[in-house]
Amino acid sequence: MDYIIEMLGITKEFPGVVANDNVTLKLKPGEIHALLGENGAGKSTLMSILFGLYRPEKGEIRKNGEVIHITNPNDANDYGIGMVHQHFKLVHNFTALENIMLGVETVKRGLLDMGEAREKVMALSNKYQLFIDPDALTSDITVGMQQRVEILKMLYRDNEILIFDEPTAMLTPQEIIELMSIMRSLRDEGKSILFITHKLEEIKQAAQRCTILRKGKYIDTVDVATTSKEKLSEMMVGRKVDFAVHKGVCKPGREILDVSHLTVLSKLSKKNVVHNVSFKVRAGEIVCVAGIDGNGQSELVYALTGLGPVNAGTITLNGKDITHSTIRHRSEMGMSHIPEDRHKHGLILDYSLAKNLVLQSYFKEQFQKNGFLKFNEINAYADKLIEEFDVRTGQGGKTLARSMSGGNQQKAIVAREIDMNPDLLVAVQPTRGLDVGAIEYIHKQLVEQRDNGKGVLLVSLELEEVMNVSDRILVLYEGEIVANVDPKKTTIQELGLYMSGAKREEKVV
Amino acid sequence: MKKLKQWVKTPTFSNVSASIAAIVMGLLFGLIILLVTNPSQALPGFVSILAGGITGGAQGLGDVLYTATPLILTGLSVGFAFKTGLFNIGASGQLVVGAYVAVLLGNLDLGLGGFHWVVAFLAAMVAGAIWAGIVGFLKAYLNVHEVISSIMLNYTGMHLVNLLITQTVYDKLRNQTQPVLQTANIPAMGLDKIFPDSSVNGGFFIAMIIVVIVHIILNKTVFGYELIACGHNPNASQYAGINAKRNVVMAMVIAGALAGAAGGMIYLAGAGKYIRVIDTLHSEGFMGIPIALLGLSNPIGVFFAALFIAYINIGGFYMQLYDFVPEVIEIIIAAIIYFSAFALIVKNIIARYQSKAEEKEKSKAEAAEISAEGGSQS
Ligand SMILES: Nc1ncnc2c1ncn2[C@@H]1O[C@H](COP(=O)(O)OP(=O)(O)OP(=O)(O)O)[C@@H](O)[C@H]1O
Ligand SMILES: [Mg+2]
Repeated sequence: MDYIIEMLGITKEFPGVVANDNVTLKLKPGEIHALLGENGAGKSTLMSILFGLYRPEKGEIRKNGEVIHITNPNDANDYGIGMVHQHFKLVHNFTALENIMLGVETVKRGLLDMGEAREKVMALSNKYQLFIDPDALTSDITVGMQQRVEILKMLYRDNEILIFDEPTAMLTPQEIIELMSIMRSLRDEGKSILFITHKLEEIKQAAQRCTILRKGKYIDTVDVATTSKEKLSEMMVGRKVDFAVHKGVCKPGREILDVSHLTVLSKLSKKNVVHNVSFKVRAGEIVCVAGIDGNGQSELVYALTGLGPVNAGTITLNGKDITHSTIRHRSEMGMSHIPEDRHKHGLILDYSLAKNLVLQSYFKEQFQKNGFLKFNEINAYADKLIEEFDVRTGQGGKTLARSMSGGNQQKAIVAREIDMNPDLLVAVQPTRGLDVGAIEYIHKQLVEQRDNGKGVLLVSLELEEVMNVSDRILVLYEGEIVANVDPKKTTIQELGLYMSGAKREEKVV
Repeated sequence: MKKLKQWVKTPTFSNVSASIAAIVMGLLFGLIILLVTNPSQALPGFVSILAGGITGGAQGLGDVLYTATPLILTGLSVGFAFKTGLFNIGASGQLVVGAYVAVLLGNLDLGLGGFHWVVAFLAAMVAGAIWAGIVGFLKAYLNVHEVISSIMLNYTGMHLVNLLITQTVYDKLRNQTQPVLQTANIPAMGLDKIFPDSSVNGGFFIAMIIVVIVHIILNKTVFGYELIACGHNPNASQYAGINAKRNVVMAMVIAGALAGAAGGMIYLAGAGKYIRVIDTLHSEGFMGIPIALLGLSNPIGVFFAALFIAYINIGGFYMQLYDFVPEVIEIIIAAIIYFSAFALIVKNIIARYQSKAEEKEKSKAEAAEISAEGGSQS
């Protein structure tokens, strides 16, 4: 048989939306097959069907030409299908090893036999260069390691068809390179891989074929080698996408944010996570904090926004000292924050989209009177943002945030924070998990904020975004600012040197 | 018909059916106990549980409402705290403190006439609120877990009240509180006409009003928005600048006021109940937990859950006609309560069943289509 997996005529509806509309996907043995589509196009849904999490209303699945019925993840496992989810599904207070074994425990005389499992896991870990600490609790390890645990989980079950749902969205560039090479070596072993990503470069690098979905419908399956990135994105969005960010010259005005000698102590070691950091953000400029993940970006942002402690130094917003102000006060002083972790901080998943869109403003006169929420106003406002930012959902403002696609959850947060029209927008990875069309739109919005005389502090791990969007780049290395450069006068290579600590500017201000 | 089908797909339906499923399982379990303990009388006994308050006619039904009144309030107390992510296991303590203050004021001639009971009742709420406020304060500012502190305050409250009773409104002979003045009893508000000879009084109406108020607070106000946000996701609430500490204190204060109100209801009923000076916690407080579970913490759900528990409680009373010891009915109620904890799990199963049923309907429709096509071809 030509195909190891065929999904034929798959249709799946959710309230108010046809997530998959007669979709066909054919996976060849030993290939990496990319799945491309806008946010909410139905990629995760299609993969969840293959993994047995959802049952389609129509269509059939074949393995090696024979019709199979997958009603739950255990069935999928029996057919050798494994999945790494967009939002990981690990048990937090279990160790890495326990998570990997979960559900397929080896038992000896009624007791868990960890020894054998440990050997197998460590053998796999060495073979594929998937380094993990088997005894660390999930809650203590980095996102990258959590993902390696998820991959080992699939390999431990001897799965031969591997589904990766946006595995790179949460990873650092270095980790992405490693993941790509792991995927290639898995393929060379004969495993078949389905790979969802919004980054066309990754598709180019890893995949042989690519299936494109748009608004739940199947568009085409193409050969990656002979299809340009522009063509891919056009097929996916249905129009030409402009990858360049257009912006005029930067005319910095008054000071909006002034950070002076900011220091944050580490909970774990003696070294400060943020050490003596000073910088300014002016009206009309986009300042970007670049650096390899874990060099103090999160702690710096927490300190600025009030989510975390400040141990020394001062933060001044619009001329007022806000070093120890409450989060609400900072927000009223004109600061908005697109947080790094959308599920932890950004959303109340069990609230509707409309309620989430007023999370920063529900208490304002516009939305309440004498302590009573004005639902009419809230719903109208939500509809406005949904329209403006093209947030795609099944049931509009009534949709539960939990049931929205990952990218649309992100769009909702971005919409909420930008629409506050803040003097200072702190945007951490604002385009994480967004499709190219949405990224284009968000970048435009950031530039518009700047052109309207607002300050933007962008924290990004993606060098391309850093180079294209920012007016000034601060490089953070081990908690210190080691460079303050103009993107027009530097190169990605030079930034890389700063970021790895190989180079630093003499005098940084 | 179509409307019904639509409704079947809503979360409300799966919530209601989950609670009902839990109740049915509990009742079946009760039947098994009856069959084991007393096979010959099992069926009539079971029927009398199901008949509940109806057996006693209007008086029985009135007693159902009377028994339900404090349970509604303790159920609300626990459910309200649940919504905020807090486990209020201290309703018993809050209740008894409220009860004492109500009885104390009920014994004083304040010269308030018709308002006497109102003042005593409100004071009970305030006392409960303060008692629970301590728990909230400890949680918010000293990071003491509310389960620990509220259990401790249950016993502290009980002993304190016992001590205070002996100093103030003590009836030595019967080892209980003295009866309150007639003006301190909540008026019947006409319910005595509908349910003659029963102990029901206007407290039931007050409880109903409180249900509506709590529903409004949770679903329509800024305060409720914040409380539930804290309950669902404390990190995101912090991010949104919600003052979590103040909300924890406020949530406990309100939960305590509700439990305190229950204490007031029980002893301002003029039903011949007095706080006894014994070392036992009030079971009404603990009953709030399963009632909140069974009602899925929803005020309206709690209302019906409390009515149901009261209904079979009264049914149990009439079971004594069939040679059953009163303890048996307690076991049966305990069984239902035990199963009610499953209500949430059952809810998920039902949600899954719904999507399967949808599929089945679809495939049936398709099959019909195909056979119709086949028919036209042949
Ligand atoms: N459990 C669910 N309940 C209701 N609607 C859902 C559910 N899961 C997905 N949807 C809807 O189905 C559509 C497709 O969602 P899906 O998660 O498959 O998108 P996606 O292609 O993975 O997008 P993204 O790139 O943003 O992750 C969306 O409109 C979403 O709102
Ligand atoms: Mg997805």
